Amino acid sequence: MGILTPDPGLVFWTTLSFVILLLILRKVAWKPILRALKVREEYIEFSLRDAAQAKMEIARIGERQKEIVEEGRRQRDDIIREARDLKDGIIREAKEAAQKEAVRIIQQTHEQMEREKKEAILGIQQQISELSLEIASKILREELSSDIRQKSVIKQHLQDFTFN
Amino acid sequence: MRLFICLFVLFFAVGGRAVAEELTEHGEEFNATEMIMHHIGDSHEWHIISFNAGAENEFSVTMPLPVILWHNNGLHVFMSSKFHNEKIIALGDDYAVLEHGHIYITDASGTLVHDENGAVTNASPLDFSITRNVASMLLGFAILLLLFGTAANGYAKRGGLSVPKGIQLLVEPAVLFIRDDIVREQIHSKRKADFFMPYLLTLFFFILINNLIGLVPFFPGASNLSGNISFTLTLAVISFLTINIFASKNYWKHTFLAPGIPLPIKIFIVPVEIIGLFTKPFALMLRLFANITAGHIIILSLTSIVFVLGTVAASPLTIILSLMMYCLEFLVAFLQAYIFTLLTTLFIGIAVNDAH
Repeated sequence: MGILTPDPGLVFWTTLSFVILLLILRKVAWKPILRALKVREEYIEFSLRDAAQAKMEIARIGERQKEIVEEGRRQRDDIIREARDLKDGIIREAKEAAQKEAVRIIQQTHEQMEREKKEAILGIQQQISELSLEIASKILREELSSDIRQKSVIKQHLQDFTFN
Repeated sequence: MRLFICLFVLFFAVGGRAVAEELTEHGEEFNATEMIMHHIGDSHEWHIISFNAGAENEFSVTMPLPVILWHNNGLHVFMSSKFHNEKIIALGDDYAVLEHGHIYITDASGTLVHDENGAVTNASPLDFSITRNVASMLLGFAILLLLFGTAANGYAKRGGLSVPKGIQLLVEPAVLFIRDDIVREQIHSKRKADFFMPYLLTLFFFILINNLIGLVPFFPGASNLSGNISFTLTLAVISFLTINIFASKNYWKHTFLAPGIPLPIKIFIVPVEIIGLFTKPFALMLRLFANITAGHIIILSLTSIVFVLGTVAASPLTIILSLMMYCLEFLVAFLQAYIFTLLTTLFIGIAVNDAH
């Protein structure tokens, strides 16, 4: 019997062994092993996807955080600018008001001074006139003790009084 | 590595004795062809070791195997050692003798009729014996069950998410390789790939374990199962059936009608396609058979050098060359299992994949 002649007995046993082995291994080994490998792969896949998602989430949160910080800075700047504007406005207004007030006070003072000056002049004039009268009366009394004298005095005084 | 070399030296010591025993047993000049043919063929008993070869008190340790014969509608079961005790065994009304590893039906005196070429012309009973090859296959069967059963148990017990341990580390890369680089690569639909996975995994490991058992130089190895045409024929037929049973309509249309090809060419193409249905598994059968048998023949030939030259001085050459051949055969054991599985997957892929 040559080595190229198939032997029915061995064909039979090979078929039987292979089919039984296939059936047993499929149930006992291949299904659990392949399922375990699949489970592990899916787990890894999901984990990777979750990790990627988490990473994206972190990036998003970082972005948001940056935005918030930026927003806060902008608000702060706005507030500061506003405050500065307000301050400048207040100072300006105050200055203007103060200036106005100063001008008013100066004016008032001027007016007062003018008035008081006028009053003073008026008072002086009155006093002068009173004094003049008194002096005149005194002089009159003195000078008029003699006629000649009286006359010269009057004359002299009258000359002096021409200043007004 | 040192252990490996020691084993080899041991093997050649033992193997050499076996051959020497044969040399003396037949009482004729050493016939390398006969020795090699005997070793790559099948046997009804499993030879383990011989002591005192050639001497008066020589005895061999062999494992008798069950002989199962179907003759004249009757089942006959006995151990092969019975052939040693009584040369002619009664099967109902007829008698059986064992001649050169083959059982023939004879008359009561055990007469064998030879034709002019020296071949026996006696009829044979249907022989379903557990021969050396079958026993070796059962051993492979048991190893696979144990290996993958244990591995699967590990997955079941420790869960798929835990880090693989022990035997799982051995099994997992191989299974993943077959799944990802062979099956999913060739069968595009994931559902179909998963469907064929158990068959292809079994096929790969069944061929591989038998190749490797065949490489073990001592009992319980050294059988030439995966280099036996019956074995490769069976696997090729199973591949053929798998390919064609699950083939899509589209595949048959392409095989028998060859759409889109001009009629004159069609006349040639269609027969070629039909022949191709059979040549594919035929090539699978021959490739595995030839590769494994050739490896066994080369190693046995190298061993024979010592006996052909009749001097022990040739043994270093034999050992070095055999060692190299063993390394090559170890590679071939994996390679042929891979190629058989890959091509089967490829053909299944061609048959079941959707048209592009």
